[in-house]
Amino acid sequence: MIKPDRIVTSTCPYCGVGCTLELHVKDNYIFKVTSPFDSPVNHGNLCVKGRFGYDYVYHPKRVTTPLIRKTPQKAGERAQAFDLSEWREVTWEEALDYVADRLVEIYQRDGSDALAVYCCAKATNEDNYLLQKMYRALFRTNNVDHCTRLCHAGSVVALQQAIGSSAMSNTASQVMLNDVFLVTGSNTTENHPIIALQMKDAVRQNGAKMIVVDPRRIELVDFAELWLPLKPGTNVPVFSAMAHVIVKENLINHEFIANRTEGFTDFIESLEKFTPEYAEEVSGVPAEDIRKAARLYANAKNGAIYWGMGISQLSHGTASALALIHLAFLTGHIGRDGTGLNPLRGQNNVQGASDMGAMPFHYPGYMRVDNDENASKWEQAWNIEPGGLSRKLGLTTTEILSHAHPGGVRALYIMGENPMMSEPNLNVTREHMQQLEFLVSQDIFINESGAFADVFLPATPFAEKDGTFSNTDRRVQRVRAAHPPKGQARPDWQIICDLAQRIESRLGSATAKWNYASPEEVLREMAGVNVDYAGITYERIDKVGLIYPVPDITHPGTPTLFKEEFPRGRGKFIPLDYVHIMEEPDDEYPFILTTGRVLEHWHGGTMTRNSVLDEAYPEARVDIHPADAEIHGIRNGDPVRVQSRRGEVVLRATVTEKTSVGVVFIPFHFAEAAANLLTNDALDPQAKIPEFKACAVQVFPARENDLANPEVVVLRGRY
Amino acid sequence: MSEIDLAPLRTAIEAYIPLGRSGLLPALHAAQNVYGWISEPVATEISRSLGVPLVDVHGVIEFYSLFYNQPVGKQIIRVCTDQACALKDADGVLRQFCSHHGLEPGQTTRNLALTIEASPCLGLCEQAPAVLTTDGGQWTIGTGSSESNRPSSMVYGLIRSLTANCGNGITSLASYGNYPALAKALGMTPEEIVDEIKASGLVGRGGAAFPTGVKWEGAAKAPGTEKYVICNADESEPGTFKDRILLIDDPHRTIEGMLIAGYAIGASRGYIYIRAEYPYILPVLEHALNEARETNLLGENILGSGFSFGIELRLGAGAYICGEETALFESVEGKRGFPRVKPPFPTTHGLFGKPTVINNVETLCNVPLIISQGAAEYRRIGTEKSPGPKLFCVSGDVATPGLYEVPFGVTLRELLEMAGGVVDGKQLQAVLFGGAAGAFATSKHLDVKMTFEDLRAAGLPLGSGVVMVFDETRDMRDILKRLGHFFAHESCGKCYPCQIGTQRQKEILDRISAGRVLEGDLIRLQDVGWTMTDASLCGLGQTAASAVLSAMKLWPEIFGRIKAEG
Amino acid sequence: MKDEIKLTVDGQEVTAEPGKTLLEVARAIGKEIPTICFHEATTANALCRICVVEVEGMRVLQPACIVEAAQNMKIQTRSEKVVRARKTILEMLASTMDLSEAPEILRMMDEHGASHERFPDAERREVPVKDDNPMYIRDYSKCLLCWRCVQVCADDVQYTYALSFDGRGYETQIGTFFEKSIPETTCVLCGQCVGVCPTGALKPKREYLLEQGMSPQEISVLNTGRKKRTADKRR
Repeated sequence: MIKPDRIVTSTCPYCGVGCTLELHVKDNYIFKVTSPFDSPVNHGNLCVKGRFGYDYVYHPKRVTTPLIRKTPQKAGERAQAFDLSEWREVTWEEALDYVADRLVEIYQRDGSDALAVYCCAKATNEDNYLLQKMYRALFRTNNVDHCTRLCHAGSVVALQQAIGSSAMSNTASQVMLNDVFLVTGSNTTENHPIIALQMKDAVRQNGAKMIVVDPRRIELVDFAELWLPLKPGTNVPVFSAMAHVIVKENLINHEFIANRTEGFTDFIESLEKFTPEYAEEVSGVPAEDIRKAARLYANAKNGAIYWGMGISQLSHGTASALALIHLAFLTGHIGRDGTGLNPLRGQNNVQGASDMGAMPFHYPGYMRVDNDENASKWEQAWNIEPGGLSRKLGLTTTEILSHAHPGGVRALYIMGENPMMSEPNLNVTREHMQQLEFLVSQDIFINESGAFADVFLPATPFAEKDGTFSNTDRRVQRVRAAHPPKGQARPDWQIICDLAQRIESRLGSATAKWNYASPEEVLREMAGVNVDYAGITYERIDKVGLIYPVPDITHPGTPTLFKEEFPRGRGKFIPLDYVHIMEEPDDEYPFILTTGRVLEHWHGGTMTRNSVLDEAYPEARVDIHPADAEIHGIRNGDPVRVQSRRGEVVLRATVTEKTSVGVVFIPFHFAEAAANLLTNDALDPQAKIPEFKACAVQVFPARENDLANPEVVVLRGRY
Repeated sequence: MSEIDLAPLRTAIEAYIPLGRSGLLPALHAAQNVYGWISEPVATEISRSLGVPLVDVHGVIEFYSLFYNQPVGKQIIRVCTDQACALKDADGVLRQFCSHHGLEPGQTTRNLALTIEASPCLGLCEQAPAVLTTDGGQWTIGTGSSESNRPSSMVYGLIRSLTANCGNGITSLASYGNYPALAKALGMTPEEIVDEIKASGLVGRGGAAFPTGVKWEGAAKAPGTEKYVICNADESEPGTFKDRILLIDDPHRTIEGMLIAGYAIGASRGYIYIRAEYPYILPVLEHALNEARETNLLGENILGSGFSFGIELRLGAGAYICGEETALFESVEGKRGFPRVKPPFPTTHGLFGKPTVINNVETLCNVPLIISQGAAEYRRIGTEKSPGPKLFCVSGDVATPGLYEVPFGVTLRELLEMAGGVVDGKQLQAVLFGGAAGAFATSKHLDVKMTFEDLRAAGLPLGSGVVMVFDETRDMRDILKRLGHFFAHESCGKCYPCQIGTQRQKEILDRISAGRVLEGDLIRLQDVGWTMTDASLCGLGQTAASAVLSAMKLWPEIFGRIKAEG
Repeated sequence: MKDEIKLTVDGQEVTAEPGKTLLEVARAIGKEIPTICFHEATTANALCRICVVEVEGMRVLQPACIVEAAQNMKIQTRSEKVVRARKTILEMLASTMDLSEAPEILRMMDEHGASHERFPDAERREVPVKDDNPMYIRDYSKCLLCWRCVQVCADDVQYTYALSFDGRGYETQIGTFFEKSIPETTCVLCGQCVGVCPTGALKPKREYLLEQGMSPQEISVLNTGRKKRTADKRR
């Protein structure tokens, strides 16, 4: 038994559940993680990542010294350097001065449009606030974005349009109050494990009925009352058909529609075409099941909808999410405890990063940048001359890259993100990255994106800094350093402040303020304008986080939103059409590829592939249905080549009924078989989110030698 | 390992799939009938078909002695080595079988033809030494020097009301009569029936002696329409064989008793849970149930009364603890036989969490008697506080071991005289009363009347009616050692006092019986014994030390002094 | 209040809300009743029996963790029977398994004057450490069969059902389906079991390796170098 020197309470850096972690530290080393059983978020329960997957903090490959590329990289010829021998160790002085010099040079030469930044959905609220502040205040650009673009952008835009909000309306634990709930486009068991436990409790202990709408037979189906296995990309017809049934069978909540919504008449007209039979034709879901699902949800006392990437990551992701929002409007299952529209936010702090304005159209607090009043408030807060902040909408992540050519974006700053794994159509992404003139990576490992950089700034992981994360429930929770940073690594917010001051002195501008004594001061500054956070102080969230909006210092927080009205007043029905996925399967590419995640890994793998988690799931696999496998002569474990119009990967096949006929699934964590080499960069016109969930591929048998790591085999018996 | 053909398994377990988890033990028995043991692919298929988690299927196989997850012989010879058979040189019988076949106890021949096992009590104590041989779906019973596939019933006594039809082979429905007591009961109200049973003073005959009428009343009053009647035929108490005889010779009496109970409490479904060591009773019961069904005495709308009742048979799998009522529920529900904490009690939360009446076979056999005669007539035999007839299982060193039916109130001396007294003119050393979970009587107790109240006053439990006689030549240490082994083997392992206590008790008794008493052993045994008695979760633990504690009072020298090696 | 229960605890009159267990009632008045298997986040099974109290009129001692206070109950938390049972249970535990990482139980033993060597010749539970997955080890020599791990893996929390029991009685051990290694079972390595284990039988592997004398540096290189990052192998 080891007696810890101290036990530090913090928040998990992995998913949006935001479990409370107790880090047991001995000699500045976390040797164990536990969780308090009275945590209102996770009740002492964790998943493999939260409990055991923190060891990337100590991985020998972690970079803790500032680095500059030995060979200067030229736009158009940029190459990746994973090996430390291609980098020079430098002081912070030299690194930050170099970055400041180059950024200012490009800014002064090419203007605001030439600069862009990827903020980080894993970094703290304070880190993100400061980085977007730096780019907006100093470089007067709104080319600020982060990976939410690739995630719930569709959901956020839809919620903004129809409701005026951008988050879950209720909390995940309220699933215990649901008698019926719908889970769609979310393999909750593997992506929000603790929320899945609560969903299972709701079913098993409270007799709640769950409806799963998903092309894959995800693990939750074992607990579901109904499973609607729809063809990827047919969300709009299926949910609109449910709406059709609810209207036709007069299961609507007349009062709610009359008092709380607008646009109903036009909307009903648009529903005419969405009969269950039509939906069955396009989606493959039996019409009778659509009817059953509609009746079940509409007749519930407390119905709720939880959704994930299967809704948002489509070229019509906004429309998909709107189709869900309509269901809540029709039935009144929103604005009360135990109901709601609940997009399950993926990253530990994607909600927070979005709240902090790390987005091209919004300042902190979702204040639109093209609104003078909003801009003024932030000009005042940041000591900027009136009219100084750009009112022009900025570029989104995918657009930032596609604009990386002479005349477009020349300098990119990436904080804790890995577009070379998470953007679609990686071959083209690579080309874009190569076009950059200057690239800074602020991270903890040299990942596939950082390998392209000119400068590497070693930041600290969650275990070595203080700050706050905002989870998917809108709960703002404390992050605390378990021990001082390793080597010369520095907390992100400190790096940004240091850099910003150097930039300011080169620009000769009045300071927007960068001398914070603590991260709390940063939060308080942001909360001065973003009223949602107004009443949040570190003291108030010392033991348990607060759920924003917290309008003042005595307010207890707001688990359930929209009890009286929506932020935009009335909820708006928005008529929809069925838009096909951009790349339907054909003779040449007969399968639909849908991508996603597995329990043991996180996204681009920067953390989890440098962790013991990789031992638990060491290689990429493609899921293929037994019927398809048989036709193609593929047995379980055989190497196969999966090809799309854009690229190809070689990996082993898992023959399983977890996927549907005609659909294959690849998790996108594995650099040696990066699923995004295959995916389609077609974007949703409003949300600009790529269609990760559907593109056309072909599958061929391959040889063992074609595999990147033929000796590695997954040994699993679980989900 | 070659691919196993699962087709016969699928056929065998098809009927159990709708039962889900509750079909697990029947499915495992069926699988074992096909393959002889349960391999991983077979367990996996059962898990998949019934929807039971893999590890739970494994855990159930591991709990029950008669389920095997390693290959075993097609033929299995089980030699009982418990107390009554030990008196008749069971150890010698086992040795003989083993040396004949070149095996150690517990071993299997290389060609998987044969396994030889020592077994806990087989319920054939009056015919000791007992051997049960199974071979696929066949069985043979060996007792003394004879072999058959149907054990004899030696029934004696002063009265023959419970055992009226016993001792002459199976009693058909025609001989028994078309359930006249049930017909009478159906003309009464359920409340009247409960009152009659209460008035009769009938208490449970399985060992706990709970007032039957009160139990039925509790279940009758419990809310809900899903209720159950269970016949506890898991007779595993060493020295007990009464239920075996009642069921194999006169099955209809028990069935009729269940039906009356069902009508009285408002149940429409019943189970007979019978121990797997009585395979020869299964076809008898199946046949009897079919007879009853064909005569509209079982099933829908019985005798046109509107009362419907169905009975399902369930087989145990080698676990004495499953005679404990809540452990029995767990077993029927397809789980390891861990007893539940009470309260809540079975009358409100029993099988599947529903109101349940669970009664011993002998208890149920009293019911038609009471309803036919009426409580007043029934009470004319026995004593005021212990009315009615009682069955005693007499075995050991007596001339005529067997099942004796007497009215309550007969003395021990009288019973032993009926049984021909101690064999070979020897002196009586001790009588084990009540079974392994019982206590020792000596010649001091010969004139104690065998009633609940008199025995209690004498510090002796009636238990399940076991009367096992030991003559002066018997080494009581060996008897105690076997008792210790029995409880250690049968402890379910849930609660600490019994899980560890039975093991520690066994270790000390092993030492003592080998003549190696250590200083402090008496206190150790007392502490362990009293801890089990006072703090165990269920009746097994609470009585695991009772015989030992009574032996300590009678023969303290066994526990405190090292005997000269002999 | 009409609904309140009045009972007597060690001679002291106490009132309690309906539904409270004797353990809760005792704790509310500052009386400590020892527990071992009881855990706030798992279903109480009342199997360790260390929390038993003597209730007037009941022959068998009652587990305080599960028995609810009833009107006019008279209980004693340290009667002679209770103390004897507790002491003996602790001595039996000490004779069975390795309690070195269960400080609360060791403290209970001191408080009750329980001896670690009460049972000479006792067959102890000694099993080699099971180290079959990257996240945690299972040292069943320390397992006291409190059931918590099995329960949290099943319906109490995780609904994963990777653990159950092998054997019966004293031979009981926590086991997997046909003794498969953890990665071959339905275990998802959530570690809920590790989080509730009271004796260190389940322990994070990292902690275990440190105890074995490995340094953090040595531990970090354990799972590296197995394969290179192969981003450059993409076509």
